[in-house]
Amino acid sequence: MTTPVSSFTETFDIIFLALVIFAVVTLLLITAIMIYFVVRYNRKRHPRAEPIHGNTTLEIIWTVIPLLIVTGMFYYGYEGFRYLREVPEDAFTINVVGRMWDWTFEYENGRKSDKLYVPVDRNVKLSMTSLDVNHSFFIPAFRVKEDVVPGRTTYLWFKPQTVGPADVFCAEYCGQRHAYMLSEVVVMEKDAFDSWYGGEADSSPAAAVETAAAPVEETTGFTEEQRERARKVLWDNGCFSCHTTDGSENLGPSLKGLFQKDRYVLVDGQERVITADEAYLRRAIVDPDAEYVKGYDGVIMPPADDLSPSELTLIIDYIQSLK
Amino acid sequence: MSYGSAGNALPLNNFRTTKTRYSGIFAWIFSTDHKRIGILYLISILSFTSVAIVIGLLMRLELIAPGETIVKPETYNALFTLHGVIMIFLFVVPGLQAIFGNFFLPILIGARDVAFPRLNLLSWWCYMIGAFMAVLALFTGGGAPDTGWTFYVPYSVRTSTNVSLAVLGVFVLGFSSILTGLNFVTTVHRMRAPGMSWFRIPLFVWASYSTSWIQILATPVLAITVLLVAFERLFAIGIFDPASGGDPLMYQHLFWIYSHPAVYIMILPAMGVVSEILPTFARKPIFGYKAIAFSSLAIAFFGYLVWGHHMFTSGMSDTARWIFSLLTFLVAIPSAIKVFNWVATLYKGAIQMSPALLFTMAFIFLFSIGGLTGLIQGALATSIHTHDTYFVVGHFHYIIFGGTGFAFIAALLYWFPKMYGRLYRMKPMYIGWGLMFVGFNALYFPMLILGWMGMPRRYYDYIPEFHFWHVVSTIGSWILVSGIILIAVEFFRARKHGEIAGDNPWGGVTLEWHVPSPPPHENFDVIPQVTWDTYDFEHGLPEKTAEGASHP
Ligand code: HEC
Ligand SMILES: [Cu+2]
Repeated sequence: MTTPVSSFTETFDIIFLALVIFAVVTLLLITAIMIYFVVRYNRKRHPRAEPIHGNTTLEIIWTVIPLLIVTGMFYYGYEGFRYLREVPEDAFTINVVGRMWDWTFEYENGRKSDKLYVPVDRNVKLSMTSLDVNHSFFIPAFRVKEDVVPGRTTYLWFKPQTVGPADVFCAEYCGQRHAYMLSEVVVMEKDAFDSWYGGEADSSPAAAVETAAAPVEETTGFTEEQRERARKVLWDNGCFSCHTTDGSENLGPSLKGLFQKDRYVLVDGQERVITADEAYLRRAIVDPDAEYVKGYDGVIMPPADDLSPSELTLIIDYIQSLK
Repeated sequence: MSYGSAGNALPLNNFRTTKTRYSGIFAWIFSTDHKRIGILYLISILSFTSVAIVIGLLMRLELIAPGETIVKPETYNALFTLHGVIMIFLFVVPGLQAIFGNFFLPILIGARDVAFPRLNLLSWWCYMIGAFMAVLALFTGGGAPDTGWTFYVPYSVRTSTNVSLAVLGVFVLGFSSILTGLNFVTTVHRMRAPGMSWFRIPLFVWASYSTSWIQILATPVLAITVLLVAFERLFAIGIFDPASGGDPLMYQHLFWIYSHPAVYIMILPAMGVVSEILPTFARKPIFGYKAIAFSSLAIAFFGYLVWGHHMFTSGMSDTARWIFSLLTFLVAIPSAIKVFNWVATLYKGAIQMSPALLFTMAFIFLFSIGGLTGLIQGALATSIHTHDTYFVVGHFHYIIFGGTGFAFIAALLYWFPKMYGRLYRMKPMYIGWGLMFVGFNALYFPMLILGWMGMPRRYYDYIPEFHFWHVVSTIGSWILVSGIILIAVEFFRARKHGEIAGDNPWGGVTLEWHVPSPPPHENFDVIPQVTWDTYDFEHGLPEKTAEGASHP
């Protein structure tokens, strides 16, 4: 599938191209003249320099002409920018929440997702904020970007014109996994979007979450429905920023195959070996610092105090099922 | 043609051999002689720079392929922070100003030293102490800072790494910069030789003087800002961190109010060097002396008003964005004027090629690319896309490395014979130039392309689409560095074993060519009476070399 474009992509490309052509022509002119002078007036060929001190007319010319050119550049840059900042009234608003190191998209009807699903040919406004540090929401294909700042709400808008998925990057450095703070904007046909938005079964938020974490896992003794609920709890509480369920290391140990394994932990600075039974998992989530798993120096897992008892049990069951 | 002139030994009485109160290394680190201090800066700055170059190579190596190549993400983040902090605060900000400004500014205006020699020594000590604190921050506390050289809050407040000590190091370094600025401004105002009127001072001095004003006026803003970051970390005072009621955008404003003018601290002295080298090798006056001098002042002034272009996507108001865009375009004009005047200086000259001139030409070429890509980022519509991408990384390396870095080497090639009394061999320098020029463009041009494709900066990893240009870029870094090594080795050899240079190997007219190489302590036996304009090759040539080997 080709990368989709927005109503701004072409405007950007034209202005960019014009500026690049100007830059190349200017550069080549300056360089050519410079090299010509150095060759033509080489001391062997031209032993007596002429003591020219300057030329006022020239100075005026090469002040005024560039001044006019840059004023023009400013103007076209400004015009394009104004388009980017004037959100059409009918825009469909989606809230974006950035945090270290993932994006969550919250729709008007309460639907949440980790990918940005949008209908084609519709004006979309993103209303963005951050829960922790500065991030920046960047869709290269649409040529739009705006920082996502804690304590304030910033915005951008676009109108996708073709369907398909496009990359979303975090463009403002935000710590260890900045380069992995990625997502996708998925531009859909109107019907497909409506049925997703209306909540057809196979496209629940949890399913969307799943694609992001791309788990390769085997679960036993756990229904599909329970599993989706558990993953949603993990997702909502930011556990996936540091843990995977496919055995690969992230900031913290993978949750796969954890149950009943021997864990080397530090308790008050003393090393101990503990078998990861159910009680251990509970402690590890509620009070992670008490028994600190060796080998993750410096990464502090936040205690999960927001979990309700039933949610806690659910994820512990889920971890146990990850063989 | 032979470069070396009269004699086959260095003058017995030069600033290196002068007896002082102290001996050994103390005769240097406690010296108040501006030339010795210049050499101290040269050695200390280049030592730090070589570390930062190695870090740069490591970063490029990591990026040669997606995924983990040689280091983990947290190490990579510490590496780019360190690379930036060293290159900015320990190399290019003091750079030409502290090394060549110290060594040559007094000589160029016919003075025996700077106005406050002891303050000058204190500046070097501040530099060393600040640098030491920054280095200490790597190995103590939570370890090497991983915030990027910009220390953006709230991340710099959240991270467990040792940011507090690092920013305090930057605070102390700031004093070095402020004191140097103060010293140079006073020196230029008060110590010019008789007849050295304002419009006779060499353009390097004009540039250095403009830079000094920025150092004095802008650096305190940085000092306060980083101090507040330290306080924010230690006491959560709630100035910048929204979690305690602060505003992260305020941090960015304050930071760039210094750090944008700082770009001009980095580039203005480089422009000054270029304005010295061109007339000497073209053997004719600089074209448009006043235009170049005033454009330095204009840059110093307008440079204050454009900091907002670092914040085009920050969430700052749209009104502020277009105003800063307009002002940014205006600040391009004085730089353009300089470029035109430099090229015009070559017109009808009697041009002698030399490595210094070749590096100067490369400067004009690379700096122009930096400036022209700057226009793309000054225009709001295009800037929104390129902001915080590799386009910016490419752009500022064209300005800072292609500009200041190449001019730095040009300055060293031009003035080395004066500083050390000896000449290097031309051939390794030409080859080194070739390697550097090719390597540089292979390293940084792909970054412009990557940025245009959407690759964000400070990324440890990237999607496969970006792979090809990263490979090219990394190969470029190897070519570039081989050129740097070649040049460094030749300088190292020449400083002891080079041919004796004589007083005026290039046939220059400014005052440094009127004194022996290396110059004696206090430079002039008799303070010169200046009766000719700068770059006046009919009247300004020193007597001795008027008929010397290098004169046609
Ligand atoms: C900031 C990153 C981070 C986040 C977010 C995080 N963890 Fe952790 N987690 C870690 C680290 C690091 C360790 C290992 C050190 C320790 O024991 O505290 C760990 C350890 C664990 C362990 C013990 C694993 C073992 O190998 O023994 C469990 C279970 C766990 N986390 C569950 C969770 C759950 C559930 C959440 C979400 C509520 C979560 N974590 C959120 C970083 C994180
Ligand atoms: Cu981010």
